[in-house]
Amino acid sequence: MAQTSHGVGGLSYDAKKRAWPAEFNVFLALIILVVVFELIGRVFLGDSFLFNTRSDVGGLFNQARLQIIILQVSIVGIIAIGVTQVIITGGIDLSSGSIVGATAMIAMSFAQVATVNGNPNPKAMFLAQGWTDLPVIVPVLVAVGCGLIAGLINGSLIAYTRIPPFIATLGMMITARGIAKWWSKGQPISFPTDSFAAISTGSRPVVIFLALAVLFQLILTYTRYGKHCYAIGSNEDAARMSGIKIANHKILVYTIAGILASLAAVVLCSKNLTAQSGMGVMYELDAIAMAVIGGVSLSGGRGSIIGTVIGALIFGVIISGFTFLRLDAYYQEMVKGVIIVGAVVLDQWRQRMRALRA
Amino acid sequence: MPDISTTDIVLKTENLTKRYGGVQALEGANFELRKGEHVAIMGDNGAGKSTFVRQITAVEQRTDGKIWFDGKEVNFNGPIEAREAGIETVFQNLALADDLDVPSNLFLGREKVLFNLGPFSILDRRYMRKATEAALVRTAVKIPNLSSTIRHMSGGQRQCVAIARTATFASKLIIMDEPTAALGVQETAQVENIIRTLKANGEPLILISHNMRQVFDLCDRIVVFRRGRIVANLRKENTDGNDIVSYITGAKTGEAELAAA
Repeated sequence: MAQTSHGVGGLSYDAKKRAWPAEFNVFLALIILVVVFELIGRVFLGDSFLFNTRSDVGGLFNQARLQIIILQVSIVGIIAIGVTQVIITGGIDLSSGSIVGATAMIAMSFAQVATVNGNPNPKAMFLAQGWTDLPVIVPVLVAVGCGLIAGLINGSLIAYTRIPPFIATLGMMITARGIAKWWSKGQPISFPTDSFAAISTGSRPVVIFLALAVLFQLILTYTRYGKHCYAIGSNEDAARMSGIKIANHKILVYTIAGILASLAAVVLCSKNLTAQSGMGVMYELDAIAMAVIGGVSLSGGRGSIIGTVIGALIFGVIISGFTFLRLDAYYQEMVKGVIIVGAVVLDQWRQRMRALRA
Repeated sequence: MPDISTTDIVLKTENLTKRYGGVQALEGANFELRKGEHVAIMGDNGAGKSTFVRQITAVEQRTDGKIWFDGKEVNFNGPIEAREAGIETVFQNLALADDLDVPSNLFLGREKVLFNLGPFSILDRRYMRKATEAALVRTAVKIPNLSSTIRHMSGGQRQCVAIARTATFASKLIIMDEPTAALGVQETAQVENIIRTLKANGEPLILISHNMRQVFDLCDRIVVFRRGRIVANLRKENTDGNDIVSYITGAKTGEAELAAA
């Protein structure tokens, strides 16, 4: 904005005090990380992390690596889109991983084929009822329904009983995992229809992840819902005094998070061609970590989906980078932990510095 | 009583009373505010000033009494209804969201919508920005940057945003509860300038303040509360600081003056 003066008398105006968007710093971290892997690769392995060094495939960049960086974080990334919105309103959702597990089991049982290689499908749960070879929309709607119900319960508990989100979603985390195990008494559910398996072929999970990310970033920026997410996370009392219906909003936020977790479940079991009750364990924490690395403040009010997507990419780069350097997976987890804590420390330090300058 | 809808009385209370259990916080308050008038409410802590305001803005429900606002008798069910009717309050504890920019704070809870899609209604950001600039001009508030969050603004700037918020909407009455209590000298001057601008624009105001100089500078009339009752209602020409202090402390009782008024 130009330096307009608003009437007489007043406080100083300093256009230079405009801060960088927080996402810029996260993006910078991503670039630095890629450069570090690139340098280590060049010096110690004589190979490039980012660029194409093979003569039998075209292109400047290593397409396969770039694709896998996003692909391996897409499913948790879909969850993180919902978790980001929850955290912006000042809440937390620990149940997403278990919602993935329960939804995967239930949805998969509606996506099974009747016969495998001419024999009756041994794993089909609803063979007797004839609920096999259903159109792909059925398991997808069942999944969305599961996420919707779980999210509604989370949101209603938090909005009406006023118990902390940590406790409400911890309860859902344990309950939903129980449902996942109970659904088929611990048995994996396999042999989906071709149309269900087609959901996650190739790079489709990436497309789904990025499309959802763009959609929800637009919603956060341009709609009343988005504005109220930030308002509630920033100052819940002020939001209430301003007439925002806090309870309704919270229910909506947790419901959206539940539905996104269930969509992640669809993509996951379509990709794995099977559903197991242990699916999605720890996904909630990875999703929270992506958001936090992406600059979403755990105290609420700050963050964006763009930041979370970059946070997810940082995750992907670390995993790919360690594979590229042929380091064991153990080290990945150790470094992931350090990076999560480091990101929060850095963020708070940055906030303090900004407060001092202002 | 004359027909209130034909007079220039903006707000009138009759026998306004509030009890908390056995505690009489406010008793029989009769109060009038006319168009364009700036009235100060003074009194010791616990004298009933804030209780009085909380009944008018319906943050609490009164025990007894009647309120007329804008020509008709009103019974607001809550502060949101009062606000919709045109009573804007600048709260002591600043009802602002730190992580939102200035236009978002001004329009918090009543965003202007481009087209309606329920909770996912698209915001009319251009309109809100323009209206914010207009409100800032009207109140003579100057703030560093419209599109930066208010988290790192000074106390004075934040108070200015809170006041500008009242001017964004067609408010018919502004109530300020100690708007400068937490501010420095320069910032207080800034807020006082805004109040003068409101006066020049003919907007009626109730100002709760402990600052004698400020009250005499800004207001036409001073109402003193003591122990839940209105003990004095004086035009500023007919009184002075010492007089007011005697009423606040109870050295003087207001029976005679109130009867004469």
